[in-house]
Amino acid sequence: MAAVEPTRPKAPLIYNPQACSIAYQVLLCAAIVFLAWSAIHNAAENLARAKIASGFGFWDNTAGFDISQTLIQYATTSSYGRAFWVGLINTLLVAALGIVLATILGFLIGIARLSKNWLLSRMASFYVETIRNIPLLLQLLFWYNAVLKALPGIRESLAIPGGGFLNNRGLFLPQPIFESGSGIALVALAAGIAASIAYAVWAKRRQMATGRQAPVLWVGLGLMVVMPLAVLALSGFPVTFNYPEAGRFNIRGGIEILPEFMALLFGLSIYTAAFIAEVVRAGITSVVKGQTEAAYSLGLRPGATLRLVVIPQAMRVIIPPLTSQYLNITKNSTLAVAIGYPDLVQIFAGTVLNQTGQAVEVIVITMAVYLTISLVTSGLMNLYNRRISLVER
Amino acid sequence: MSDIATTTDAELMEGPAFVRGQPLAPLPPPIKEGGAVGWMRKNLFSGVLNIALTIVCAALIVWIVPPLIKFLVIDAVWNGSGRADCLQQPGQPEIGACWAYVFDKISFFTYGFYPIGERWRVDVFFALLTIGVGWMAWLNAPRRDICMIYFFIVLPAASLILLLGWPPIGLPKVATTQWGGVLVTVVVASVGIVFSLPIGIVLALGRRSKMPAVRLFSVMFIEFVRGVPLITVLFMASVMLPLFVPDTWSPDKLLRALVGVSLFAAAYMAEVVRAGLQAIPKGQFEGAMAVGLGYWQTMRFIVLPQALKITIPNIVNTTIGLFKDTTLVFIVGIFDFLMTVEAGRGDPAWATPVTSTTGYAFAAIFYLVFCYGMSRYARFVEARLAAGDRR
Repeated sequence: MAAVEPTRPKAPLIYNPQACSIAYQVLLCAAIVFLAWSAIHNAAENLARAKIASGFGFWDNTAGFDISQTLIQYATTSSYGRAFWVGLINTLLVAALGIVLATILGFLIGIARLSKNWLLSRMASFYVETIRNIPLLLQLLFWYNAVLKALPGIRESLAIPGGGFLNNRGLFLPQPIFESGSGIALVALAAGIAASIAYAVWAKRRQMATGRQAPVLWVGLGLMVVMPLAVLALSGFPVTFNYPEAGRFNIRGGIEILPEFMALLFGLSIYTAAFIAEVVRAGITSVVKGQTEAAYSLGLRPGATLRLVVIPQAMRVIIPPLTSQYLNITKNSTLAVAIGYPDLVQIFAGTVLNQTGQAVEVIVITMAVYLTISLVTSGLMNLYNRRISLVER
Repeated sequence: MSDIATTTDAELMEGPAFVRGQPLAPLPPPIKEGGAVGWMRKNLFSGVLNIALTIVCAALIVWIVPPLIKFLVIDAVWNGSGRADCLQQPGQPEIGACWAYVFDKISFFTYGFYPIGERWRVDVFFALLTIGVGWMAWLNAPRRDICMIYFFIVLPAASLILLLGWPPIGLPKVATTQWGGVLVTVVVASVGIVFSLPIGIVLALGRRSKMPAVRLFSVMFIEFVRGVPLITVLFMASVMLPLFVPDTWSPDKLLRALVGVSLFAAAYMAEVVRAGLQAIPKGQFEGAMAVGLGYWQTMRFIVLPQALKITIPNIVNTTIGLFKDTTLVFIVGIFDFLMTVEAGRGDPAWATPVTSTTGYAFAAIFYLVFCYGMSRYARFVEARLAAGDRR
């Protein structure tokens, strides 16, 4: 046997898969390094020619522009860095509210699509088919230009019951002012939340041990809503409202909600709700009918079947695509730039980029923010998925 | 009778407690199950909750639909030559959609600023594209292999010559800054498809490759692009791309957007194709290896035909997304269809309170027709593919 081996003809290196694979990879790396190098080289040359500074030194320079919606302290004399945080917080605000609204609306419509009521399910599917097939940007422009900007001006503001105004400059609502003494209600709220979590844990343990159920929902509502309200009432209701007052040219006082913000929030929620509805529908239909029938035969009532048997299994299918819809809301909130809502892209990749001209740095920072949000979310999602995925034999 | 037979004598003596002397009157027939009434009882009015839902839905429809029809059709202005026709007048107290405005602007919405004398070239391009798309979409069409060559090689080349112009054959040059409207939307969408599909396939194969460097770069590209919004990619393409290439190139504005859109769509295509690749059983790869096929032969003859076939519905869905996303080029200042609608809004010759809404309604119908058509097609293909697997 040993004598045979040396006679094996020596194949050229090109037919050796391992050698080929290494050669391909070296070539690929070389090509990418070359592309990156030439890009950097060209960029440096072009920037030098255009006399644009590079580096992140601009971060602390004075911004010098105004922002229409600021949740943190900001003035024209603040730095670009501060403007960045204002934009990021505005993005997160609209994304968070959009996620809440879209989830509620999406679940309602998804369930309505599966309703036995023909009219309801038809309407829900009409909603989904229409909204999904119209570009979000068009919907945003419609809400902003054709609906909110077409509202009457300040003098003919629509009065909202409870002391608010709605006009083409936005929505003006009474602003609650918490006076001294209202802190105790906040303490009561925190205590209520802590107590209801503790109660839920205890109830779960008891149910596991004895099978007896406890009214977690009602006790929780009582602890978190009724108790703080009662404390507030007992302490003499130390909350006053700052009502907006309609002047001749503007409205003073109250909370001002920009029409740009409303348009973006409506547009994002309504658009994404159509996608969430499809996700929910797919999740619920993925639970086989036998599960429901088995639950009924065990004597569970329809409500309990839905809550304890169908939904937990449907959630396993729903959650991964639902998360990607949440990420889509966050990413689509960048369309704010089209209607002038001051989000991260509008402030940073718009105004700051135009003022400083430092395209590379600004775009890199903006992309890094979205990339971080996406990667962190999908990382958490993978962890969650691993926890809830079926343990197979 | 058998009951009596098994009862004891004592019971017989007493007799049964009650014996009906006459047959019962027949029960009333069941409430109609079939027909329109039965259907309504079953689907609309079964139970209190259902009745309530039906009433709420009907109220919603009555609230929304008649005003919408009134606005879009009944009160709409179909003929007119200027804003005066679409304003409230004693003769027409209520004004609906101003379709006269859309008819007046339709060529602007279609061609943008394309020179009027050269617009036939755009029409030819639309016709060529329709042939290509029809050929591709018709699954039983003859010679679909030629169709691929036509769609991915002949059509792009012909379109480039037609639209940009080529003086030697008598077609004067038309700068891309003059392009606009539906033309740009269609160009961006089709360039996106034509480039993103092959790049996406390569990336998907790269992601499943055994070579670590290839896999790493593919994963990095896909995850990076999917993690950022399209707008930032477009911004990057429009402000960073000119910096990265030599000064003398100074890429065209439309070209920059096309690069951005294609790369963005490619990352999404890659994931769609990867899902198809993962659905191919391992036996197919092993079988190909057993008959002595190399990597590229395996992919070309065995794996990709099967993988792409099952991903057609998802590819069409990604295409719908791409078609809707083309509106975003508007943000980097390119005159796509939505931008022309947006620009038409500001025309003082047609400035009326209903102009904006009419423009948006027209744009919505345009996108709705195309996207809904594509999604129906995806569903049709899905059903057809499922038929093969049915036993």
